[in-house]
Amino acid sequence: MEDILKIEMGCKPENEGLARIAIATFMVRLNPTLEEINDVKTAVSEAVTNAIVHGYEDKEGIIYLKAMIEENKIEISVKDEGVGISNVKQAREPLYTTKPEEERSGMGFTFMEIFMDEVHIDSKVGKGTEIRMIKKIVGGDK
Amino acid sequence: MEQVEYEILDETLKVILPSEVDHCNTVGIRKEADKHIYSGRVKNVEFDFTNTKFMDSSGIGMIMGRHKLIKPLGGKIILTGVKDNVERIINVSGLYKLI
Repeated sequence: MEDILKIEMGCKPENEGLARIAIATFMVRLNPTLEEINDVKTAVSEAVTNAIVHGYEDKEGIIYLKAMIEENKIEISVKDEGVGISNVKQAREPLYTTKPEEERSGMGFTFMEIFMDEVHIDSKVGKGTEIRMIKKIVGGDK
Repeated sequence: MEQVEYEILDETLKVILPSEVDHCNTVGIRKEADKHIYSGRVKNVEFDFTNTKFMDSSGIGMIMGRHKLIKPLGGKIILTGVKDNVERIINVSGLYKLI
């Protein structure tokens, strides 16, 4: 049977920390290493920040966070109903940012890709974006 | 919320960062640091990570931004107390090559 966690949260920067803690707590049952927890926390932080800064452009909106555990894999989905991404390929490029004036580093997707095994982006302009990330947890001593 | 502390010693502004550095607090740190930089009293910025357990790309962007600002003044960025997870993030970002 699959194990699932669902959270709906407002578009508030304070919720980034909440999302990280929730996912980190959820994945403890996989007996992850500290490094694996940090990898997932970083990826979640990037995805939620993207939803707030880019998806909803710091305005109102709901962010849907979902995590599933199946065997030794964790799958995380971060979804918004914001502006969407017009060029996903470009958005994935390291250092590319649409908001240099806000000092976004342009490394959000790069970090997600480095720290997770798979990153899928499903986005429609005017409808929103869903980021789905998967990581196999090797874990520490079992 | 956790306080960020600022100390000025000679020409260096020391920013004592909180336990988590993300988009939630980088906006405020940036504003406060820039106030000191624009005052003309400081040239260098030291980011003290002693208390920091987590940082994401928002923190990288914030440090790169300060670097851009003080470089023309002949200033430099100093990172201290960096460990574990934060060390990895900084390594991966290529920030060490830039500053």
